[in-house]
Amino acid sequence: MSSLQGYVDRRVLLILQDGRAIVGVLAGYDQKSNVVLSDSKERIYSIDEGVEEVELGLYLVKGDMIVLIGEIDEAIDQAVDLASIRAEPILPIRY
Amino acid sequence: MLIFSVFKTLTDQRVTVELKNDLSITGVLKSVDQFLNIRLDSINVLDEARHPHMMAVKNCFIRGSVVRYVQLPAEHEDATRRGTKFSCNESFQYLPVILQR
Repeated sequence: MSSLQGYVDRRVLLILQDGRAIVGVLAGYDQKSNVVLSDSKERIYSIDEGVEEVELGLYLVKGDMIVLIGEIDEAIDQAVDLASIRAEPILPIRY
Repeated sequence: MLIFSVFKTLTDQRVTVELKNDLSITGVLKSVDQFLNIRLDSINVLDEARHPHMMAVKNCFIRGSVVRYVQLPAEHEDATRRGTKFSCNESFQYLPVILQR
């Protein structure tokens, strides 16, 4: 049984179907993988400038919009210099 | 149920999951559920330079509905054939399974 239980209260990266990347602490989830994130921020990637982080706060993300939930290794994440990253935004999902 | 059973036999194998947003992730299959949601450990994004978004992520949960392909190790071809022998009417609408050679 694949479950999100192991990620509760950890910092996670959510990739959404429209290509957005959101980072936050997983506060809760349910069977449909709807997710509650606290202290969340959207990371906007671009080829011209570094990563822009937009504060969002407490978010409920609908499960059907989620592509992937990744557990963030805090040590590695602190070491990353967001301002120096140049990357294309993630593609939206195409069925 | 069929593909779910195949994945259950593949836990602790290294697989490559290609998603519908063209992201390809290699990882050890830790668990799967009835929706074919996948938990992968020790992941590696295949084209790291193009996708630095997941640099700090070592394991993840992938929603079944966004998977395009799951590339299996070649030696597990027999597991999938054994399944079809007993349930030919199973509908394969979840995802095609590609055998890695």
